Amino acid sequence: MSAILPPPQRIWWKQPLDRVELVWIVVAFVWCLVLFFMMPYWHVYGKQNLSSETYRTTPDAFAKKAQAMTDQFKVREEGAEKTPVVAPPAGSDVYLIGRLWAWWPILELEKGKSYRLHLTAMDYQHGFSLQPENINIQVLPGYEHVLTVTPNRSGTYAIVCNEFCGIGHHKMVSKLYVK
Amino acid sequence: MTNTEMFRTCPRSGLQFHRSAEGLIKANAVAAVVFLLVGGVLALLIALTRWQAVHLVGADDFYMILTAHGLNMLAYWIIFFEIAVLYFCSSTLLKSRLATPRLGWLAFALMLIGALTNNVAVFMGEATVMFTSYVPLPGHPAFYLGLILFAVGALIGCFIFLGTLVVAKSEKTYEGSIPLVTFGALTACIIAIFTIAAGAIILIPTFLWSAGYIKYIDPLMYRTIWWAFGHSSQQINVSAHVAVWYAIAAIVFGAKPMSERVSRGAFLLYILFLQLASAHHLLSDPGLSTEWKVFNTSYAMYLAVLASMIHGLTVPGSIELAQREKGYTKGLFEWIRKAPWGNPVFSGMFISLVGFGFLGGISGVMMGTEQLNMIIHNTLYVPGHFHATVVVGTTLAFMAITYFLIPTVFNREVINPGLAKWQPYLFGIGMSVFALALMGAGTLGVPRRHWDITFAGASLPYEFPGAAYLMLALLGVSGVVAAIGGAIYIYITVGSLLWGKKLDAGAWSRERAVLRMPVSGALTGHGTAGFAAPGTFAFAMVFLAAFVLYYFVNWKYLSTVWGLS
Repeated sequence: MSAILPPPQRIWWKQPLDRVELVWIVVAFVWCLVLFFMMPYWHVYGKQNLSSETYRTTPDAFAKKAQAMTDQFKVREEGAEKTPVVAPPAGSDVYLIGRLWAWWPILELEKGKSYRLHLTAMDYQHGFSLQPENINIQVLPGYEHVLTVTPNRSGTYAIVCNEFCGIGHHKMVSKLYVK
Repeated sequence: MTNTEMFRTCPRSGLQFHRSAEGLIKANAVAAVVFLLVGGVLALLIALTRWQAVHLVGADDFYMILTAHGLNMLAYWIIFFEIAVLYFCSSTLLKSRLATPRLGWLAFALMLIGALTNNVAVFMGEATVMFTSYVPLPGHPAFYLGLILFAVGALIGCFIFLGTLVVAKSEKTYEGSIPLVTFGALTACIIAIFTIAAGAIILIPTFLWSAGYIKYIDPLMYRTIWWAFGHSSQQINVSAHVAVWYAIAAIVFGAKPMSERVSRGAFLLYILFLQLASAHHLLSDPGLSTEWKVFNTSYAMYLAVLASMIHGLTVPGSIELAQREKGYTKGLFEWIRKAPWGNPVFSGMFISLVGFGFLGGISGVMMGTEQLNMIIHNTLYVPGHFHATVVVGTTLAFMAITYFLIPTVFNREVINPGLAKWQPYLFGIGMSVFALALMGAGTLGVPRRHWDITFAGASLPYEFPGAAYLMLALLGVSGVVAAIGGAIYIYITVGSLLWGKKLDAGAWSRERAVLRMPVSGALTGHGTAGFAAPGTFAFAMVFLAAFVLYYFVNWKYLSTVWGLS
């Protein structure tokens, strides 16, 4: 007569429900529908949705585009490795490379302006983690992910790698500026 | 053939054990506890390293230990124990002989050899690739081969379980339908089979890739299929530990399900929808369409979440009904106040239930919401979530049922009952605080699988806020508390087996009882009584309120970050 014994009635599937169960199932199901419809709702009315625009790419092809942008819009160099700081014009395509164990180059964006940010990884998988904003996006080799970003606060941000990528993973961190 | 099989009836529980099944249950359970010990030592080292002020082990060792910890806990401890649970739920609960016990030993050997091979590859430093081994991060072929052997063994175990159901049915060892707990184990078994199939589809090519026979494995394809294995294997745990909850409610309280129909229907929802959850890990990935993400991450329309919410009500609900029948009817909550809180079988199960629901369940839905995933993905929030589900939920439930299995399967008295009484509290509360600290750190952006968030030696370091370091310190302290709780569990388990007082096992004989019970055609039991479990319903409403509040707090937080489209 318990959960470790066979059900006492042969036709257990006709056993009526207790009202506690019935009410809870209805309430829980309504809540599940809310959980579901919040996602399409946010796609229509929300301002934070991850783009699914993606292209196949190769390290060489992507590096060429990133290099061209850097050559054109470089404003200075920073850090021990003299990483270029690039200030591309608002609305333009900006490229960010994730590789062992650095992000390249450093981007300088303007508050309230939109940019088409292209992300890829040169070697292993990496994790784009913008701090302290805490926006986190997976970066895969062979895939060029294009998302439109609109910074809403000026300041100095960090890009931390949050996908394990080998022994230097914890040193893979860079900066991003918003003016 | 069958009449030469030996059976005994445990004089304390009345359960009947088949000799071959009992040997296999013991072997698998002991192997599980050994791997828990290995994983537990590693866990302590990890907690003491991420506690930034202690920062115990070096970077190389840290990543290697983290890889080994994940595998020993998530795969070996849990799955060995689950195989024992499957044999118990089929052979013992159905009073049947176990199908093909020799193959059971083959399965056990394959699992053991696989687990050891994999561990050797990791501890040689040849496969520091984490539990997920994302390509193209290279690991030694032995790493993948070990996993494949282990999975083949586990698959054989699943088929022995199914075979035993067939044997029991054809030899008419029971009447009517299989018990609810066996039904839950069957759910776990079915999910395990398609999970292992997904594992084979991805791990075999990856093995060939690591050995140099295949040139390229697409990282996104790897992630999609690997997570059909990686996430679904955690759904095996959910089904298994929900079955264990029902079993404990039945053992401790004699509780019967509020309604077989509802509980079994909820298990059926698991089978139908849990496999879609591979998408939970791909929400912040490129290359997948939004529609695909939204449909899959929500298990169609959160139907598997619905199933868990149902079990979350019906398990305590059945306990409430059993307690009320015993006369604990005062007010809403006398039934729970007068529950045997000093019995580790019950307290472990109840902490597991509450922790799984409040901490694991709610955080899981946050991460599994397409847009909210962006403010959580790959931060410490993720391990915070799964330590609440797999450790507070599954591991603690398995620990709780162990205190029942020691006297019944192993026929030993549990040593040091005073200590055993406190163990679930120490482990459960330690682990719950640990999970909360991880979620707190994750909310502040602290990455998972990261040796040093001070970024010492990096050319462009970032300084996390002080609160993040506080969370990591809390992680360290609660991790140590939980590790002590885990150590006590292992001490009691191993100690009881080695020097616990021997108990009367019941004589072995060829006589076997059959599970004949008065099966009625008419419908009796609960169902028509009205509002039978008001206390549980009140708890459920508290849960729902916490869920709703926290859900919208996260949307509020998301709405403040940069515009993304």
